[in-house]
Amino acid sequence: MKWLLEFWRSSIGGKVTMAVTGLLLFLFVLMHMLGNLQFLAGPATINAYAEFLHSKPALLWVARIGLLVIFAVHVRTGIRLATQNKAARPVGYAVDATLRADWASKSMLLTGLTTLAFVVYHLAHFTLGWVHSRDHNSNNVHAMMKHSFGHPGIAIVYVAAQVLLFFHLRHGIRSLAQTLGLNHGRYTPMVAILSLLLAAAIAGGNILITLSVLLGIV
Amino acid sequence: MKVTLNIWRQSKASTKADFRQDGKLVRYQLDHVSPDMSFLEMLDVLNEQLTQQGEEPVAFDHDCREGICGSCGVAIDGVPHGPERGTTACQLHMRSFQDGAVITVEPWRAAAFPVLKDLVVDRSAFDRVVQAGAFISVNTGAPQDANAIPVPKADADRAFDAATCIGCGACVAACKNASAMLFVGAKVSHFVHLPQGRVERDQRARNLVAAMDREGFGNCTNQYECEAACPKEIPVRVIAELNREFVRAKVREEPVVDKGRGGDG
Repeated sequence: MKWLLEFWRSSIGGKVTMAVTGLLLFLFVLMHMLGNLQFLAGPATINAYAEFLHSKPALLWVARIGLLVIFAVHVRTGIRLATQNKAARPVGYAVDATLRADWASKSMLLTGLTTLAFVVYHLAHFTLGWVHSRDHNSNNVHAMMKHSFGHPGIAIVYVAAQVLLFFHLRHGIRSLAQTLGLNHGRYTPMVAILSLLLAAAIAGGNILITLSVLLGIV
Repeated sequence: MKVTLNIWRQSKASTKADFRQDGKLVRYQLDHVSPDMSFLEMLDVLNEQLTQQGEEPVAFDHDCREGICGSCGVAIDGVPHGPERGTTACQLHMRSFQDGAVITVEPWRAAAFPVLKDLVVDRSAFDRVVQAGAFISVNTGAPQDANAIPVPKADADRAFDAATCIGCGACVAACKNASAMLFVGAKVSHFVHLPQGRVERDQRARNLVAAMDREGFGNCTNQYECEAACPKEIPVRVIAELNREFVRAKVREEPVVDKGRGGDG
């Protein structure tokens, strides 16, 4: 345990922690998006999927607690690294130049914290029913999604969160490969393209679901 | 050509404990600058002018002026070593600027590199990182035959890519987080591809990262500003290698209590 804590406290240990937890969270949001696409197939399909997930309570709770721990470690480590990075440059440049970095890479803290806020809202909305509780109905997921995304205000929040998540994943996926030591003349450019495509697929798939309701297609 | 300079002037040295900035940007006008002058020669002209006017000349670091010693280094319009790729400030020429240009010159900005005076920073943090293990422990004596240990050409090239590092600190200066991982990665990569360097690879990776963390450098966020600013164009591949080497070394670390030897992790 002491060894693990020491590793985590080091600069590279912190980065590797971000990469590993980031990879797991990426796999989760990918599965989450693919699972939810079943919404487009109609009430029977998505409701059966929801019932299937709820039919294995032991597995569901292991997954939930596991995700919560991974998410907490990712956030906690990210905040520590960001705090150290701010402290490493107490006085900035009068002329601030950027050579290679893009908005996605420079805004990881911002897009990460907005994603955190969104996840809290999203859980309060669909899982716990604390907000918009009139729409809450865990027995009919299809109806719940349809009612919620029919409100333009809710739909806009969901779409905006996905746009920010796109930028977070766009830098996150290519970045975790480098942090885990994968850098190769042939594969690194492929990872960069893959990073863009996967981020776009995840955000795009989720936005598709939201807009299909808002625009009255489903 | 004419140039207007905004130069950081600071008389009192900053320290890691006291990073308060008591300096400011001061404007200077130079009317007769040759486009063939190097950036440092242009600063020499400014200093001559200042000396004649009885003012304190601008302090800046320099030594070889041929791009190989790593002494010089200032942020020119926010870019370490200025606008030319793969070029140190001493090898940058005034023809790279427009006539009438307004140029802002600042020291490296990092907590690990306190400003000593004007444009001069204390880079001894790099020396302490190197002392932590960026070398090979060998017995002195007669050199052995050059071909006694064969090294594949591809490995020698990878090691040499990293060995071109001149330790100027531009990577730290360019990094959005003032991280030194390109420098430390270069030191690790320099040795790990060679059979002589591989002997101490585990302790080197652990000790260099520990030394780097102690100096208060930031953490890499893979934005690759360092690679873009490096006058020797050292690739960020060395950072991936550093990450790999450090994880490998930590996993392989024996659970023994390090009695008084210190420095390890």
